[in-house]
Amino acid sequence: MTDNSVVITRSKSTQVEDQFALTPVFSDGLGQLNQYQQQAWEVFKTLPYPSDTQEAWRRTSIRALKLGKLQLAGSNTNSQIPAELTKPLTDDLHGGEILFNGSQVTIELDEKLARQGVVFTDLRHAQTEHPEILSKVLQASKTYSEDKFAALAAAFGSNGVLLYIPKNVTVEKPLHSLFWTAGEGSLHAFQVFVFLEENSSATYVHESASAESKQGQNLHAALMDVKVGPNSKLNFVELQSLSSRDWNFTHEKVSVDSDAEVDWIFGALGSHLTKNFSDLNLVGRGSTGKMSGFFFTNGDQHLDHDTQQNHLAPNTTSDLLFKGALLGESRSVWQGMIYVAENASKTDGYQANRNLVLSDKARADSIPGLEILTDDVRCTHGATVGKLDTDQVFYLESRGIPRKEAEKLIVEGFFDPIMQRIPFEGVRKRFQNAIEQKMREY
Amino acid sequence: MSELDIHDLKVSIEGKQILNGVNLNVKQGEVHAIMGPNGTGKSTLAYTLMGHPSYTVNSGSATFKGQNLLDLAVDERSRLGLFLAFQYPVSIPGVTVANFLRTAVNARRKALNPEDKGIAIPEFRKLLMEKMSILKMDSSFAGRYLNEGFSGGEKKRAEVLQMAILQPEIAILDETDSGLDIDALRIVSEGVNLLRSQNIGVLLITHYQRMLNYIKPDVVHIMMGGAIVESGGADLALHLEEQGYDWVREKYENGTPSVN
Repeated sequence: MTDNSVVITRSKSTQVEDQFALTPVFSDGLGQLNQYQQQAWEVFKTLPYPSDTQEAWRRTSIRALKLGKLQLAGSNTNSQIPAELTKPLTDDLHGGEILFNGSQVTIELDEKLARQGVVFTDLRHAQTEHPEILSKVLQASKTYSEDKFAALAAAFGSNGVLLYIPKNVTVEKPLHSLFWTAGEGSLHAFQVFVFLEENSSATYVHESASAESKQGQNLHAALMDVKVGPNSKLNFVELQSLSSRDWNFTHEKVSVDSDAEVDWIFGALGSHLTKNFSDLNLVGRGSTGKMSGFFFTNGDQHLDHDTQQNHLAPNTTSDLLFKGALLGESRSVWQGMIYVAENASKTDGYQANRNLVLSDKARADSIPGLEILTDDVRCTHGATVGKLDTDQVFYLESRGIPRKEAEKLIVEGFFDPIMQRIPFEGVRKRFQNAIEQKMREY
Repeated sequence: MSELDIHDLKVSIEGKQILNGVNLNVKQGEVHAIMGPNGTGKSTLAYTLMGHPSYTVNSGSATFKGQNLLDLAVDERSRLGLFLAFQYPVSIPGVTVANFLRTAVNARRKALNPEDKGIAIPEFRKLLMEKMSILKMDSSFAGRYLNEGFSGGEKKRAEVLQMAILQPEIAILDETDSGLDIDALRIVSEGVNLLRSQNIGVLLITHYQRMLNYIKPDVVHIMMGGAIVESGGADLALHLEEQGYDWVREKYENGTPSVN
């Protein structure tokens, strides 16, 4: 018998083999946006790259990402935005729209809303036109210190969205922004700041999308910081349909004040790899947050959503449902945590993740978690990973429905509970089209 | 006239032969009852005819309207006019009864004409409501997820509703009477009788005589050991109800190999 023992040493430091070689360009020196970016850049330099020894990165490897090859996205990276992406996704026409396409930005905002003090613009314009508001959101945001990619998003994110709703203002028409990119081997960084003052409401749809490229890897880093003031209501829809060459890292925080409410919807269809951190912080008494996630992977896609429902005040309610289907050799990870702080009595937390694995080579990991530091709370969670049931398929076929259609019907049925949670016809339609398109591969 | 013709059918599941040579002929307009104790292969026959992938046909034939049924895909068998009312219908979460039935109706139309745009929603709704009212089903039923959380009686009623909408020529009812209280049994039977009046052929699999009080069979067959061992008129079922199966066992089990 030969001794085949191998000594395995696990690298403690980093998953990445080649290091990032870019430095951000601080174009206007003394502006507050540049100052904020510089702070983030200093933090970036001190932070280590994520390591697969960290729980959050254990299932998502970034070893194949060639950081050293990345270039700053040039101004020539704009391309035609597909018409489908600029259509209103809710029943109403847009109250405002911002389209980012390479270095081009077009901004539209309903006159009436502007007169009411609503700010919906890009960060560059915000700096000159609304410096106080920008200062307020930038100073309150420390999300960039969360990890290397968060810092990268802030340091390189020389533009992004500022949405500000003043006290007592209700915005009926939805606001829409699209971050559209193109290019090969480029870095795209983006930031979104949303601030709803007391007793206000808005619906905001943000989409990240990119053109399919022939070669190279693109890095997308984004940061979103959302604050919902007391007694306010935000509908927040995020759609991600990045190209199959995009590596996507996002850090998102939504903080909800007393008796305020957020309805947060995620739709993830694209990217080669995504690692998303989404934190719901229920900071005010009686606040409520609902998180609904839809994802469908195929090919060699890898989507990893890491959610936190933090109950930090009494009488808070959270309700999370993420549903995903997987094809090809794709992989999904959902890792969720409900945290209930010591003072957060009478809270109600719920989380569920359901996965439908449609291919023998696909894999879904589902990791729910609870951390409860007080009594008198109600927290429930559930996670399932299942396959297409052959008896269900047989049943539908026995009614004359061809197999392909039977399977599609079952998959649509699987996603129905998520569709029921989406109050926007256009968003549902997009997801239905995605199911249709992806199921052709099945 | 449609005809289901089964000849010397031998079928196994997981390597074990359950049907040991079944012969049966059901014509449109006739009602045949198949009775027999548990484990004799009644449900196996039903599933095999519909094409469940778990069953392997070893030999024999089954033709329907002159076509070799065993060569057809499951959905093709359905569209040809065969129907199976399941003993245990599965639930399909997230798919409403109405959406499911409209998809099934449209699949039929599309098979006939690939250009078909599907049944108009108001027309379908009218059809559905009409059939549901015959089966004394509340209109809210259409919006419920298929079989999800249905009671035993609701599931069976939903099976008969599907049959009423798809209008098969030959229907196999696999223990449709089980789990029904007396009122539900009457309603379901009335539904079947209504279709019978439209010249449907029925193969009714049951343990008990009671459904046959409502749906009068033309022929009663006794199945034992994976084969049909005795056939007769409606009085054969009454005889079984009184005497049980022992006399059949004594008569056949010594001569015929038992499946167990």
